[in-house]
Amino acid sequence: MSQTVVFPGSAVSPHEDQAAPETRIRSYWQSVGYRLRHDKATVFFGTMVLLIVLSAVLAPWLAPFDPYKESIIGRLKPMGWRGHLLGTDELGRDMLSRLLYGGRVSLLMGIVPVIFATCAGGALGVIAGFMGGKVNTGIMRTMDVFYAFPSVLLAVAISGAMGGGMSNGMLALTLVFIPPMCRVAETATTQVRALDFIEAARATGAGTMTIVRHHVLGNVLGPVFIYASSLVSVSILLASGLSFLGLGVRPPTADWGLMLSTLRQSIYVVPVVCALPGVAIFITSICFNLVSDGLRQAMDVRM
Amino acid sequence: MTRYILQRILYAIPIAFGVSVVCFSLVYLAPGDPLQTILPPDATAETIEIVKKAYGFDKPLPIQFAIWLSKVVTGDFGMSIATRRPVFDEIVMAVGNTGMLVVFAIPLAFSIGFSMGLLAGCFPGKVVDRSVTGIAVFGVSLPNYWLAIVMVIVFAVELSWLPATGMGPKGSDAFSVWRWSDARFLVLPVITLSMIPIGIIARTTRAAIAETRNQDFVQTLRAKGLGEMAVIRHVVKNALPGVLAVMGLQFGYLLGGSILVETVFTWPGSGFLLSKAIVNRDVPVLQGTILVLAVAFVTINLVVDLLQSLIDPRIRRG
Repeated sequence: MSQTVVFPGSAVSPHEDQAAPETRIRSYWQSVGYRLRHDKATVFFGTMVLLIVLSAVLAPWLAPFDPYKESIIGRLKPMGWRGHLLGTDELGRDMLSRLLYGGRVSLLMGIVPVIFATCAGGALGVIAGFMGGKVNTGIMRTMDVFYAFPSVLLAVAISGAMGGGMSNGMLALTLVFIPPMCRVAETATTQVRALDFIEAARATGAGTMTIVRHHVLGNVLGPVFIYASSLVSVSILLASGLSFLGLGVRPPTADWGLMLSTLRQSIYVVPVVCALPGVAIFITSICFNLVSDGLRQAMDVRM
Repeated sequence: MTRYILQRILYAIPIAFGVSVVCFSLVYLAPGDPLQTILPPDATAETIEIVKKAYGFDKPLPIQFAIWLSKVVTGDFGMSIATRRPVFDEIVMAVGNTGMLVVFAIPLAFSIGFSMGLLAGCFPGKVVDRSVTGIAVFGVSLPNYWLAIVMVIVFAVELSWLPATGMGPKGSDAFSVWRWSDARFLVLPVITLSMIPIGIIARTTRAAIAETRNQDFVQTLRAKGLGEMAVIRHVVKNALPGVLAVMGLQFGYLLGGSILVETVFTWPGSGFLLSKAIVNRDVPVLQGTILVLAVAFVTINLVVDLLQSLIDPRIRRG
């Protein structure tokens, strides 16, 4: 939306003595905030995301039981059995506590790779877009090679070859997300670079670093941020998938993907309890996805 | 036209080369010496030297890569460490089985996703549109391996309508999709695999239809008195190439990305082969499968590009 950001009668005008209608011109970020606050769905799902993150952070205080305490007699019990609100798993550990603790690993493995990939891919993209020519060709053709792998396949290949583990998994996911991130940043930079104000800045004697810092970054960060926010949901799904295949954390650490995989053998005993870790992944992924959609609309980024 | 086709093919060759470099280097990502996977732990220094020579590990890396590539091009991917069978044979069988799932899943996803997207695009902002957009978000956010487990719980465990896992008692060699006793093993994996493409295709179609409907030519069509159905026919024709391209991409994604779903259903396809190779630390199989799937992905993308330019001449000129 490129219309003017004037909203009549929304704030106290500085010129109240004049008869003109009360108007105020918002800055870009003010108008983004205005749109976000009035988008009920995004506010709701944003709150959900916040609650999910908080419940993971506060897991040691919220969990009703020790997530590692096993019980021979209390294995695979249904929901509500002896105070175990969501039942127990195949080793008699409390499901609710394990889900809360599992969120810590799953969210960490979902968010950290996106942050790293955004920094690395974004920087590469800006360099490729701003330098153009041979540098651009070199960087972007290398990225094309990684584009040639379906993302699940690349993540599994790298972390599988490196022998699994949480840090290898995060490294694999980072490598998976760098190429698309780089492409988004490169496209945005190339578009901005062709605009007149960059040339004007150069004509007034601004150095390359100044132009990049003040004129390019400001215009590239929006699309990069939106794209990164949409990657979080993908990353959580992929990270849980890696754990599901045994390429993430090692047992007995609680992790949604790993829990789903170890509970798979017990679907004939307590089907509902076995599906719970997947519900957690699904809800988290939906919330992040919808918040990202809301942000994209509020920030008016087209990709 | 010929020039465009040649250009696209020439462009795919360096990509395929890069892909093979990545696959080759996967061995060196593995912790420790790649030889360790082949050698017994009590091997003497002499044996190590002999094996090193036999496998060409004593030569410099670029030479090793050239030798490996020349073998791979002729279909020699080495021997599987776990089964001692040629990797190539295992891959051919596995990719065939995965292909069978994908060949059913993609048309299913296209018919459902496209109809949903078309409905939503024709009534933007209405209830239909909002519910389709909602369903699409569900599809895109769905962990499909979890859906696979839920499907097994509901249709195999609780209702016992369909078999939970595998390809049936006769295995993959005697499998026939025309026999219901075999084909029913396909139902759950195919439905599960089609969920994510349904979401993506519905989203893409909705956006393409909504955008095309806003173009000037639609107003011209209406102005000359065309009925709504005829207008929609024109809109669909214009929106279709983009949707088909996305469908082609999804085809490639499923071929290489069905690893989790295949693991749940123990479907003996490429993904299942991969996850077995990871468990057994079977590097030749891992390397070979990933190379074949990635090259297939590159080829599919190339074919999609070419088909798209056949349907829509604007792409060739652009």
